[in-house]
Amino acid sequence: MLHIINKSPLTNGSLDCCLRVAESGAILLIEDAVYGATKGSAIEGKIRDAMGQFKIHVLLPDLEARGLADRIIEGVTTVDYGGFVELVAGNKNCQSWL
Amino acid sequence: MSDIKKFMFVNRKAPYGTIYALESLEVVLITAAFDQDVSLVFIDDGVYQLKKGQQTKGIETKNFSPTYRALDGYDVEKLYVEKESLEARGLSEEDLLVDVTVLGSKEMGELMDQQDVVLSF
Amino acid sequence: MKFGIVINEGPYQHQASDTAYLFCKAALEKGHEIFRVFFYHDGVNNASRLTEPPQDDRNIVARWSKLAEEHKLDLVVCVAAALRRGIKDENLAPGFRISGLGQLVEAGIQADRMVTFGD
Repeated sequence: MLHIINKSPLTNGSLDCCLRVAESGAILLIEDAVYGATKGSAIEGKIRDAMGQFKIHVLLPDLEARGLADRIIEGVTTVDYGGFVELVAGNKNCQSWL
Repeated sequence: MSDIKKFMFVNRKAPYGTIYALESLEVVLITAAFDQDVSLVFIDDGVYQLKKGQQTKGIETKNFSPTYRALDGYDVEKLYVEKESLEARGLSEEDLLVDVTVLGSKEMGELMDQQDVVLSF
Repeated sequence: MKFGIVINEGPYQHQASDTAYLFCKAALEKGHEIFRVFFYHDGVNNASRLTEPPQDDRNIVARWSKLAEEHKLDLVVCVAAALRRGIKDENLAPGFRISGLGQLVEAGIQADRMVTFGD
């Protein structure tokens, strides 16, 4: 299953909720959630821990727009919109944690 | 209709502050009319949608909470509430206005994995 | 693969409609089908032809209309949500149509995947 997060995990509980409920699968960070994919933030450890359980992706155009494309945590995979489409197609279902 | 899919509605937002809870409920009622397999889950502030004793006269807004009690009549019987969310808000099953099944986080996650369509508003 | 898309937020206020548009464009480029785009909640505001963004900004409404024309997309605006927010046939942009919530459920039944873009 693909879990899509679109809010900054530094100010919003969506990612926490997703990590609490979801068992495994893939997580895609888009829009303001891309801040969660950057090194040196207060939640970097949480993202690194989650990598054991989930494959973590980030939407690169959103990261570039926010000036943080050079700070991606190692092991987080970048995708473009085409990659976003393939993630949705490649998983049985998806949930947007709005 | 032969193709019955499993639809799950994930409610994580409180009522009244925004319209999401009300408009989500409208979709649930329509989905039930299409004879689909419908589950409603309440997580995070979504559990406040089911709190007993809502009185909206003072905010001059329609109290839509009785609709949750009417869901049974539409054959929507699968209502799940996350245990951790209830506890984090100092609530228990007795505080809720309908009968629900309380599930732990990971049980909720397993149920979500089994769905065909997961909708969140 | 057939995709169903749900958009819950209005244009400009939130990135949801932009992300959904770029997702649809990428899906079409890859040869996938967009079964329907359903506009709900404040998302119905994406259908207003009265929208006039500044010259140097993207025109979100016109962009949807153009994509619909090029790819025969079915852009459906929820009637109940639209009437609440003053979106009617008289101010509907080209390519959009107003219909009921059953269209959302039907998209869920017919499409292989449903993706929601919202707040």
